[in-house]
Amino acid sequence: MKRIYMDNNATTAVRPEVLEAMLPFYREQFGNPSSVHWAGRAVGGAVEKAREQVAQLINCSPAEIVFTSCGSEGDNMALKGTVDALREKGNHIITTAVEHPAVLETCKALEKQGVKVTYLPVDHNGMLNLTDLEAAITDKTILISVMWANNETGNLYPIEEIGAIARKYKVRFHTDAVQAVGKIPVDVQKANVDLLVLSGHKLGAAKGVGATYIRRGTRLTPFIHGGHQERGRRAGTHNVAGIVGFGVACELAGAHLETEGVRIRALRDRLERGILEGIPDVKLNGHPDPNLRLPNTLNVSFAYIEGESLLLNFDMKGIAASSGSACTSGSLEPSHVMGAMCVDVILAHSSTRFSLGTDNTEADVDYVLEVLPPIVQRLREMSPLYNRDEPLSCMECQVIRKVL
Amino acid sequence: MYSDKVMDHFSNPRNVGEIEDADGVGEVGNASCGDIMKIFLKVEDNVIKDIKFKTFGCGAAIATSSMVTEMAIGKTLDEALELTNAAVAEALDGLPAQKMHCSNLAADALHEAIKDYQSKHPA
Repeated sequence: MKRIYMDNNATTAVRPEVLEAMLPFYREQFGNPSSVHWAGRAVGGAVEKAREQVAQLINCSPAEIVFTSCGSEGDNMALKGTVDALREKGNHIITTAVEHPAVLETCKALEKQGVKVTYLPVDHNGMLNLTDLEAAITDKTILISVMWANNETGNLYPIEEIGAIARKYKVRFHTDAVQAVGKIPVDVQKANVDLLVLSGHKLGAAKGVGATYIRRGTRLTPFIHGGHQERGRRAGTHNVAGIVGFGVACELAGAHLETEGVRIRALRDRLERGILEGIPDVKLNGHPDPNLRLPNTLNVSFAYIEGESLLLNFDMKGIAASSGSACTSGSLEPSHVMGAMCVDVILAHSSTRFSLGTDNTEADVDYVLEVLPPIVQRLREMSPLYNRDEPLSCMECQVIRKVL
Repeated sequence: MYSDKVMDHFSNPRNVGEIEDADGVGEVGNASCGDIMKIFLKVEDNVIKDIKFKTFGCGAAIATSSMVTEMAIGKTLDEALELTNAAVAEALDGLPAQKMHCSNLAADALHEAIKDYQSKHPA
């Protein structure tokens, strides 16, 4: 069976060049880069080379890169480390309602410790109102945290403008750029960010490695205390192979950013047009202007059907995608991003995300466009919501229990 | 995640559809959780002669709906009223823990349909 992977916002395949670069560090180059002897010396340089490769992709100095284990660690480190380091200055964080759980749940944990958090709402396209952001800033605000790109909709936030606002009010600015780096140009100087979080496995490196950009002079309490690694900013023995692979992945991403961005964008647009023109009652989730979304991401709701049953049917045809339905999130609620955008709860359960990547081809898109309509039609014909004359007993209340 | 039986009922659901002149119709669900099930009955001499379903929901929701129709057909109304959600799940070789809550409503939908029939045909 054909296998088509369109879930690259969840994770990506490790690039062959990345794996090749990693392997020696599991074999002969096994040393601990903190050791002074031959085994350690042999790998120290490799970690520093990777640091340069990562720094180059986001236009910062290698000394401003701290390697971590993942994006979630980076976000925890940025938020908790800031709250601790800037305790004297204030206790207020401004973020958005559509952040990744790595930020939202960290904020909730910080609220329990007395930190005040403002969660900026978004409009029905998932966009922020920067006047709201500016109005939320108080003299106690220590951090603005806004993601660069949303993982579910692909929406791009005006990071440069937010950076300018943060600069104007002298508030620290953190961005979770896990979905953006490697897909679009990310320049920390242009954007005026102080803290930026990256994750390796979203751009063709292995799982278990990430990095945080910490602008020079930014006081941050370490999240992991211990040894002196990473200049005392993050303890723990280096994941050498992972870091080396991450460096190579960043270099590859940088080298192909423009060509791949254009190619993948064309595939995504083809898929988007094909779905919206070929299937009735489909709602696009995210900004209608494709320039305001990541080039690889398409999120649509197929009215009257539930996301998980759609994904299972896709899976039977070899297609991997993801959904914002409760059934796939492991919770009882559909996606918080759809909720924040005021997407109707039933449509939120129908939301389906296709996130394309380097391995996708035009033939993949055409295959999806071929198998999708009959799957949607079959599930719709099974749905009590399709072609329904009578109103649904109660769309607002939680439980519908009605004898017709 | 799902048992083979769940996947079988999900991919080839039995008794999908509507009964135009149904004797009893029941609908249960929870829009928030994302599952809505509707069951249609044809009853003769207190026995379920025909049963069809329509479901909006995940794999478990569709599979339990399909399974409950197979379990109910040919049963007397009293027998059918004794069918439980747990029995439906068991007949499917179990459901993942997180599915037991909201996707396992098929027996409830059946009971609602029976009650609808009974309210229209008082004994």
